Amino acid sequence: MSDSYTVQTTSLLLQHYCNFMIHITINGETHRFNQPINIAQLIDDQNLRGKRIAIERNGEIVPRSQFTEQFLADGDQLEVVVAVGGG
Amino acid sequence: MDNLTIANKTYTSRLLVGTGKYKDFTETRTAIEASGAEIVTVAIRRTNIGQNTNEPNLLDSISPSKYTLLPNTAGCYTVDDAVRTLRLARELLDGHNLVKLEVLGDPETLFPNMAETLRAAKILVTEGFDVMVYTSDDPIAARQLEEIGCVAIMPLASLIGSGMGILNPWNLQIIIDNAKVPVLVDAGVGTASDATIALELGCDGVLMNTAIAAAQNPVLMASAMRKAVEAGREAFLAGRMTKKVYTASPSSPVDGVIAST
Repeated sequence: MSDSYTVQTTSLLLQHYCNFMIHITINGETHRFNQPINIAQLIDDQNLRGKRIAIERNGEIVPRSQFTEQFLADGDQLEVVVAVGGG
Repeated sequence: MDNLTIANKTYTSRLLVGTGKYKDFTETRTAIEASGAEIVTVAIRRTNIGQNTNEPNLLDSISPSKYTLLPNTAGCYTVDDAVRTLRLARELLDGHNLVKLEVLGDPETLFPNMAETLRAAKILVTEGFDVMVYTSDDPIAARQLEEIGCVAIMPLASLIGSGMGILNPWNLQIIIDNAKVPVLVDAGVGTASDATIALELGCDGVLMNTAIAAAQNPVLMASAMRKAVEAGREAFLAGRMTKKVYTASPSSPVDGVIAST
């Protein structure tokens, strides 16, 4: 493996982990994350663990079973909803 | 037993109630218990992100194991918003398919947009939802919704939250006479007699929220509504006497009245 290749890979990794930044819109508001985050982690991050919620990502329902599998990407649009009083 | 069947599930109560506009969840729960309702509507809204994380949750007071929850699309003005809302509701309620569709056309009157309602109903039925649908009291729209496969037709009696009562019993009667699925008055009931009239007409049930929640004593009104719906249903089943316009008929024997000679 050439030195230049190692340098290039290291630099890419550094860029990935040090300069990682994504913007996600959650319920109409922009949130910034500096590290990769999946939906389960987002739920913890927003103190929503254990709450009865449902999530839509870019117009598609995210089943609860996929909360740990789905990592958020820059520009994602999330809707996080609950049941409230209504007629 | 005289039961109400919607989407192959049987209910003993013909009164369906909403959970909006109550003072707190305790009042919501107490009023719903007094109403005897088994089907209870809820709305779907964005949760607070990163604030009020200890906020009480409606579903802690109105348990999905005790009641049949009916998520609605209140506040939706487009097919897309209504369909997305109910997909989220189904996920939220663990695959529960019974939903209330309303696609509004105007924020002043909250009148339904029937063209959009029909389009949304078609999509939802295709996706396996059991759709109870809020509609204008147009018999043709009601028939089209039934043809699409809606499991209950729910015409307004008057504007949502207005309490103006049943303004067009004639149209309701046409809808009832033609429908093969349950017809429920949804919106406009103001007091107990309105609910009774709906059932006397032959409606299969009534859905109300504001009439109970905005009463001076919601729990007592909930109890009144329970009795009103039962009374109206029994009167319908009993079959009312024929109206004799301008023709009196004495209830007491005509013969044997004492008389001065």
